Amino acid sequence: MAKKKIDAIIAWQDLELGMAMTEPGSSAKLKTGDWRSQHPVVDQDKCIKCGLCWIYCPDMSYSPGKDGFYKWNANYCKGCGICALECPKGAITMVMEEE
Amino acid sequence: MAKKIGIEVSLAVSEAVRAADVDLIAAYPITPQTHIVEHLSELVADGKLDAEFVPVESEHTAMSLCIGSSAAGARTYTATSSQGLALMHEILYIAPALRMPIVMTLANRSLSGPISIWNDHSDVMTERDSCWIQTFAENGQEAFDLTLHAFKVAEHPDVLLPVMVNLDGFTLSHVVEPIEMMTQAEAKKYLKPYKPKLTLDTKHPITMGGVGLPAVYTEAKKQYETAITASKKVIIDEWKEFGKLYGRHYKPIETYKTKGAEIVLMTMGSISETAMTAVDGMRDKGISVGLMRFRLWRPFPLQEFQRAVKGIKTLAVVDRAISYGSQGGPVYMEVKSALYNQKERPQIFGFVAGLGGRDVTTDTFEEIVTKATRYAKKGKGPVYEMIGVREK
Repeated sequence: MAKKKIDAIIAWQDLELGMAMTEPGSSAKLKTGDWRSQHPVVDQDKCIKCGLCWIYCPDMSYSPGKDGFYKWNANYCKGCGICALECPKGAITMVMEEE
Repeated sequence: MAKKIGIEVSLAVSEAVRAADVDLIAAYPITPQTHIVEHLSELVADGKLDAEFVPVESEHTAMSLCIGSSAAGARTYTATSSQGLALMHEILYIAPALRMPIVMTLANRSLSGPISIWNDHSDVMTERDSCWIQTFAENGQEAFDLTLHAFKVAEHPDVLLPVMVNLDGFTLSHVVEPIEMMTQAEAKKYLKPYKPKLTLDTKHPITMGGVGLPAVYTEAKKQYETAITASKKVIIDEWKEFGKLYGRHYKPIETYKTKGAEIVLMTMGSISETAMTAVDGMRDKGISVGLMRFRLWRPFPLQEFQRAVKGIKTLAVVDRAISYGSQGGPVYMEVKSALYNQKERPQIFGFVAGLGGRDVTTDTFEEIVTKATRYAKKGKGPVYEMIGVREK
């Protein structure tokens, strides 16, 4: 999209021809989690490390950690709650974002 | 200089596309454009044109495929008419947004309904905000020349926008005219190989057609608008270059006997030739009348038009389309708008004629001039007027 920083507010003159994105993989730089109204909270006492949250998350906002638990990434989570719905142990609770 | 031959204008357009040595043609047949792509498919099948010819299942696909082809760096062509253009509509705006130099011939035909295969300008006028460069041919030679010019302009590194060449369906597309043709070798003096700035290439992956979030959509629009406005210089320069090479000269606004004329007709497309005959006839009767026509419609040649109108007292604009529920024809409204802030401006009267294949004859133009003269004397006319409507 931009010749400069992907998430910067840029002038129209800095847009690539036809708004093409010439840098591969640049979508990772576009933080899209900011319109979330809820976020998941994992109760590690209940979690059995099955990884269903990781599998079902449509935004790849979970990733496997070294300790076997799945880490949540706030940058891309839209707060859809699919992880909470799919968790077989009810270990994930959706809580409102604070003001 | 090449010899003139008698040929159907549609076939001449196909021969211009062949002279341009295109790489890909994606098209769907629709009257009255069909002869163009039919002949192109023959040229490809007979090995006379080294190109891919893709007979797609709809015009929506035709334009989608053209964008893909152009994105891969291929010189790309399509043609359509009326409902075909309407079916393309969704994809049409994406071609300029991705800066794809596609060339399309539009054999102008009225839009349904009622169903009509005949000629007017309602198809192109619905797409005038699409960021396609739009030119209008008056005769077969212009249709041939403007097609070559379209590729040159579209692919110019300072432009990179699609170009639509308009020619009137049937009244121009299906007539046989003497036309000076060019071979690929002759056309190459003018039209250089296409060098795209950005292409889809697995070795250097890029993304085309990404989402424009609110933070960037306006900036993208600014880029397209700036590009089409700036393209006017290239369009004019490339007509000059064409004139130098081939001896045929084109301008954004063409005038005929406008010098000192009290009233000037404004037209677009093939009815302009009838209008010239009408002007000659009226001049013989002592009526001080001239003719002005748009060859370039998008980008709107504002400064050229304002200059051409200087000193003219009355303009009678003839539209071949209606903008329902507004103030008549789109050309009329844009002409008025272009002159509103001028200190000196003519009285302008709008007429809609030649809808859905209704003949526009020299008598039609005489009627228009008579009416406009009467309104000018009164200093007032109707909001606009439909010519030739049968009343009870």
